[in-house]
Amino acid sequence: MTEREIMAKVTGRFGAKVLQSYEFRGQCAVTVKAGDLREVLTFLRDDADTATDWLMDLAGVDYLGFPDDDDREWRFEVAYQLYSSSQNHRFRVKVAVPEDKLQVPSIWDLWAIANWMEREVFDLYGVSFTGHPNLRRILCHDEFEGHALRKDYPINKRQKLSSPAENLLCAKVELA
Amino acid sequence: MSDGTHVRPIPSDLLTLNIGPAHPATHGTLRVQVQLDGETIRNAACEIGYLHRGFEKQCETVYYQFVIPYAERLNYMGPVNNSNAWCYAMEQFLGIEAPARAQALRVITSELGRIIDHAVCIGTNLVDLGALTNFWYMFNYREKVYDLYEELCGARMMVNYPRIGGVSLDAPDDWLEKCLRLVDEMGEAVSEVQALISRNRIFMDRTVGAGTITKELAISHGVTGPCLRAAGIGYDVRKAQPYWGYEKYQFEVPVADGGDTYDRTIVRFQEMYESCKIIRQAIASIPGGPVLASDHLVVLPEKDKVYNTMEGLINHFKLVMHGIQPPKGELYSATEGGNGELGFYIVSDGSAKPWRVRIRPPCFANFSVFPKIIKGKMVSDAIAALGSINIIAGELDR
Amino acid sequence: MGLENNLEGMPVLATRLDEVLSWGRKYSLWPMPFGTACCAIEFMGVVSSRFDVSRFGAELVRFSPRQADLLLIMGTITQKQAPVLKQIYDQMPNPKWVISMGACASSGGFYDNYSVVQGVDELVPVDVYVAGCPPRPENVIGAIVKIQEKISRENLQTWR
Repeated sequence: MTEREIMAKVTGRFGAKVLQSYEFRGQCAVTVKAGDLREVLTFLRDDADTATDWLMDLAGVDYLGFPDDDDREWRFEVAYQLYSSSQNHRFRVKVAVPEDKLQVPSIWDLWAIANWMEREVFDLYGVSFTGHPNLRRILCHDEFEGHALRKDYPINKRQKLSSPAENLLCAKVELA
Repeated sequence: MSDGTHVRPIPSDLLTLNIGPAHPATHGTLRVQVQLDGETIRNAACEIGYLHRGFEKQCETVYYQFVIPYAERLNYMGPVNNSNAWCYAMEQFLGIEAPARAQALRVITSELGRIIDHAVCIGTNLVDLGALTNFWYMFNYREKVYDLYEELCGARMMVNYPRIGGVSLDAPDDWLEKCLRLVDEMGEAVSEVQALISRNRIFMDRTVGAGTITKELAISHGVTGPCLRAAGIGYDVRKAQPYWGYEKYQFEVPVADGGDTYDRTIVRFQEMYESCKIIRQAIASIPGGPVLASDHLVVLPEKDKVYNTMEGLINHFKLVMHGIQPPKGELYSATEGGNGELGFYIVSDGSAKPWRVRIRPPCFANFSVFPKIIKGKMVSDAIAALGSINIIAGELDR
Repeated sequence: MGLENNLEGMPVLATRLDEVLSWGRKYSLWPMPFGTACCAIEFMGVVSSRFDVSRFGAELVRFSPRQADLLLIMGTITQKQAPVLKQIYDQMPNPKWVISMGACASSGGFYDNYSVVQGVDELVPVDVYVAGCPPRPENVIGAIVKIQEKISRENLQTWR
């Protein structure tokens, strides 16, 4: 299937639940609400035509101050790049995350890679994933305050790690 | 004594042990915590982020063309693969295409990059297993590839060779012949190293069955590259969604079925031969013509025009000072890096600086499977498996 | 070494203790490679056969800081990594020297952002900085020679 066909299928199936649909250079994406995310992803994965069995990537985006952007009422988006190994096509699902409700359902039980990637989005954007088993910072150190990839975080605001000994002892890394 | 009180009970609690962040076997900066029962790993957890250099934030502050050197420092084992991939992503974004000669040069440099990546991966993995010779041997060939890069563009490791819209320089005279000679030489060297270890009793005892990644685990964890192909799934972006004319070249995607450390090593060996094959074909069929696209909004004009014509000078000035301005939009572009699918997710707001650049780092996905595959194994198995997954911290933590 | 021919049968040589210690130290550096990033790959080039740092007596790479006297910091040091580096430096016995290899270690390089330490001299004293991103192996060997020169100028007071 082409990405446009997948998009048509998703929009047909979910109708008004698709907040935005989007095409650029042959790549298509749909934006859905956080509440519908799991349903859409499960559908795409299990449907025989789309069969997106791979979650390739999971990325947060901060649209604070994005120019000429009237129809986007939310600040953050989390983009899920899907790939189907049997059909050899890709598709992108995005979830709208308004600033006053920074919550997205976790999909770590659908794809195990989401576990770490959601931690990364949490670390860098502060979006929390409900149902995640171990939502901790992954790239920045534990003492880091704020979320580095947000547009309102100054790029060279450095935060020292003050308690090296504690960090080097094992207690902090919880063994899963 | 008869009541047995003098016998101290054997401690039954688990011993927690840190491997890393500054441990030689981690080849960089990652930290694995294991809980040991004797020498058996009962539990494991990974801590990453020790080389989080803020790549993604940094990219938001520079022009699109200035991301090229940053991209090269992601996977520093085969640097040029990343910059080629970034330029390809930008070309897709801008809707232009690099000339055929530039694409062939990208194929050649990238495949050389893949060979040196695998060579050092295998070499260092064997060092961890106690076989030092192969490393020196393979590293010599890395130096020879560096020489080729140096001749091509003046730098040996971080070559900064591609440009958005092509490559910066054409290959000098007889470079392609030298490349061909080296590829022949390298093929022999690789088979010598392979002969040393592939049926080696010690090597097999250490690696067969160590750190097995099953198919299901691989799919669920998004494992790509040699690790995936060793697990029995022949997914390779070069075959699945070809770019730079990979569809023209005859090559196999080596697949094994065990998914263990041994298979990963053998798959890497096979891939090196395939890369040699691709390079030979690319050199044999390399077309003539320019190496940069002629789109003036993207590619800098020739120096002759810059110095001698007003339009050329203005064009140069505009591109350097104001950058490339792509349309508003977002795009995900994938290529096959040394360790698997290297993806760039670019969001543009129409200005000269990216709104968001996200890397899909193959290592990140590959490493996330690590705690699961070492559970129940010995510490020495974990070390062997860690080397064969080929974690590059620059890409893992970005 | 030819020295014994000039001793005219007297198996004794008078020199300053400083000199003989420095002479011994400078040709037997045991480097501890603290490799974090790209520069570590170039360091592999330094120790491998083409550039072969053993010609300068510094090939015995030790991964334990307690056995090393030359700390080679190769690559970007992030805020998360900084305490680790400090601890490793503290674990090294005196006398010890530090080479900061590459732009990232020396100044943060072109990573001027929230997570990168802007030069390891914020954390540990550095003897020689090596420029380059990454530096060529010749450059690193040059730095080791510089350390040797520095050692030959040192005396027992320095490391009291």
